[in-house]
Amino acid sequence: MSQYVLRRLLIAVPSLLAISLVLFVVLALAPGDPFSELATNPNVPPEVQAALRAKFGLDDPIYLRYLHWLNAMLHGDWGFSFVSRMNVDTLILQRLPATLYVIGSAQILALLIAIPVGVYAATKPYSLFDQIANTLAFVGFSLPTFFTGILFILIFSVTLDWLPFVYSTDIKATGIHWVLEMIRQAIMPVAVLGLFQAASMTRFVRSAMLDVIRLDYVTTARAKGLGQAKVIVKHVMRNAMIPVVTLIALQMPVVFGGAIVTEQIFRIPGIGSLLISSILSNDTPVVMAVTFVFACLVVLFNLIADVLYGWLDPRISLR
Amino acid sequence: MLDKELRSMIGKVKDGRMDRRAFIQRLAAIGLTAPLANQILAIGGVAMAQSPAPYPPTKRGGGGPLKLLWWQGPTLLNPHFATGTKDQDGSRLFYEPLASWDVDGHLNPILAAEIPSIKNGGLTADGKSVTWKIKPGVKWHDGKPLTADDFVFTWEYVSDPATAAVSISTYADMTVEKVDDLTIRILFKNPTPFWANAFVGAYGCVIPKHLFAEYKGSKSREAPTNLAPVGSGPYKFVEFKPGDLVRGQLNPDYHMPNRPYFDTIDMKGGGDAVSAARAVIQTGEFDFAWNMQVEDEVLLRLEKGGKGKTTYAVGGDIEFIAINFTDPNTEVDGERSSMKTKHPILSDPTVRQALALLVDRDSVKKAIYGRAGRTTANYLNGPDDFVSKNTKWEFSVEKAIALLEKAGWKAGADGIREKDGKKLKFVYQTSTNGPRQKTQAIVKQACQKAGIDVELKSVVASVFFSSDVANPDTYSKFYTDIEEFQIPMTQPDPALHMRRYVSANVATKENKWQGPNFPRYVNKDYDDAITAAETEIDPVKRAALYIKCNDMLWQDTVFIPVMHRLTVDACTNTLQPVISGWANRTDNIQDWYREG
Repeated sequence: MSQYVLRRLLIAVPSLLAISLVLFVVLALAPGDPFSELATNPNVPPEVQAALRAKFGLDDPIYLRYLHWLNAMLHGDWGFSFVSRMNVDTLILQRLPATLYVIGSAQILALLIAIPVGVYAATKPYSLFDQIANTLAFVGFSLPTFFTGILFILIFSVTLDWLPFVYSTDIKATGIHWVLEMIRQAIMPVAVLGLFQAASMTRFVRSAMLDVIRLDYVTTARAKGLGQAKVIVKHVMRNAMIPVVTLIALQMPVVFGGAIVTEQIFRIPGIGSLLISSILSNDTPVVMAVTFVFACLVVLFNLIADVLYGWLDPRISLR
Repeated sequence: MLDKELRSMIGKVKDGRMDRRAFIQRLAAIGLTAPLANQILAIGGVAMAQSPAPYPPTKRGGGGPLKLLWWQGPTLLNPHFATGTKDQDGSRLFYEPLASWDVDGHLNPILAAEIPSIKNGGLTADGKSVTWKIKPGVKWHDGKPLTADDFVFTWEYVSDPATAAVSISTYADMTVEKVDDLTIRILFKNPTPFWANAFVGAYGCVIPKHLFAEYKGSKSREAPTNLAPVGSGPYKFVEFKPGDLVRGQLNPDYHMPNRPYFDTIDMKGGGDAVSAARAVIQTGEFDFAWNMQVEDEVLLRLEKGGKGKTTYAVGGDIEFIAINFTDPNTEVDGERSSMKTKHPILSDPTVRQALALLVDRDSVKKAIYGRAGRTTANYLNGPDDFVSKNTKWEFSVEKAIALLEKAGWKAGADGIREKDGKKLKFVYQTSTNGPRQKTQAIVKQACQKAGIDVELKSVVASVFFSSDVANPDTYSKFYTDIEEFQIPMTQPDPALHMRRYVSANVATKENKWQGPNFPRYVNKDYDDAITAAETEIDPVKRAALYIKCNDMLWQDTVFIPVMHRLTVDACTNTLQPVISGWANRTDNIQDWYREG
């Protein structure tokens, strides 16, 4: 097992290097200029723009800039934002709590809905419950979050005036009121995102369960006289969860990376909205850092998924 | 009006023989506007009238929270690094200049004890210096006194190229010296008619010497105060999350009586303009939202029965179509639109005039801008005293056709006009943006009727407005025949705005296309008029020179103005914001209050 983990780790390092190189080159070649806002402002002479470009090393050749970035990264320096003139890690850390709270809650909500509904639907395929669940799931993942988000805002904020639609990181309340307010403002974004995720995940859990439920060993288990609950939980679910774990593990980077659309709609100051505003203002160091973190997370959770497979099905780690 | 007569009238006002109002009325009777009359008085030695700001609150604070929504939140809080208005707006909550521009485009003292004039000895007749008196007793938020040293330091800090301050051009060509603790003198190299630039408005904010002294020059980025400002403004800094939130609380030691009215101030960033309008106008969740770049139709719908309204302020921002005087399709020494070429079709003035006749400003206003724009024939649309009355615009397909026919442009077999084997075909580019694409469609339709074939092109804004030398699609390279965008007028003086189009500023390969004269317009008369205006101290003559420049741009059809754009914001019905089209949104924030 430990050898298996080590092998996976050794593959991860070169892939991260390759990813960073590709990201860096793509960003460097992409059009745009972090100082474009200065260009239409007659107060700012072109020399200042040129001086800023030189100061931030934008005129250096790409390979030099990449080596510079890599060296800094290895020393734990994430670089600094051209636009905010502050360190990128500070920016990201500021944004992380909101992302983890909202997107994380949405993922938990999605799991809490998807696993029981998916499992139950699979045990009684084509029953009324299954058909309702399926229909809702189809509706759920056909409606994009930007649509449901605005729909929710129009219903619950504008018409009913129940919930705020601008997420505030700075609630002026303490104790229980703070907690209640935090929950209140997260209801809409969590619901929009959670229901969307739950819809596709339900379908996935159901089909994974159905694949296993028809296998011979399940029939054998039933024939031995085991109870339905025991068969489903101990025999079917454990095996059916392997592909589900893959899906969840690969979804985890999203929790950290934020959901760009939902964050924009509800003005949640998360990583996703940081990424989009940095892309719009051509703030390459921030875009580079966020996308690289994203890449690291994908690699890390792939690794965790691999390890989990080994635990769920020990045969995998022996191959 | 005769120079002599004017001067004798100024004399009368000074001696008290004529009342200011009568003076202004008499000038207005001969076609000069009130702001100009005021400016004449200022330079002639009469103190400028303080605009009477009705500010009813009778005590400091008590107004509760003020919640602002900037759909692009501030990303930094050092006014001298501010790359866009959003950053200036955020910094301005905490830092202050000597004076700022009020709603009418007049100077309003903030940290200054008074506005300099010849009478109070602040201005000299040669226009080469200005002396500012600082209000006594002003304190920085940390309790240290604000003195002349801070102003001298701010000048040193900004004018050091290593600091890489974006406001450097405002401060580079001058010297700032301390006269005494509460007086500074600014010395200009040349006579400077627009003296109210340094320490005024967005780039005029003074920063504390005791906190920035160690971070001048190349260490400028490391100053902790860049992220946690200590200023002198109405609100004290509490918290900053770039792009998301700026928070401040009432400054109990603020130097203006009964101000500020609000106890705390929140500036929330992110999202888009439409939902910002909704959060203010429809639900009232926020008090004020900035820059409503939303179609008027949408705003009108939101305003029906809502809790808020839209507000408008007049400045000088202009949306226009620029014409390329050089050939974008011929390459000379690795450069298209080179100064060595002439545009094969557009160098014919008749074609440019015909094109101007084909831009239907009324339809553009009705269909797109609504209350947010005014139709205009001028490139220079403000302040009032600089606006030409000699120009007018017209939309007439028939006249355009007649002009083209007369000049020998005859319709070919495909309906497109041609002359000497050259077809009337244009590429019309702009940045990708709803209203701009709609304008393109309106112009294209009219052109088609007149037998001109227009190909539309739109470039994503981050490319179009970039200074990236490698990109062929930037507005300054101008590799198409005509292009449309907006140029904001960043100060209530036309000097910078009009200087762009002198021949020395032509965008070429040599200057990496950083020259702001992108139409490649060359006119010696224009250059001469601009040079003369820049050192002309007499405001009447100076205004006449800039009007002349505007008229030259109009006569030569260098620009086809599409819309004089207003500043549009959203605010709740009870909030009374003070917004000047000549300043940043937060420049007069100390005067904001809530009614009822």
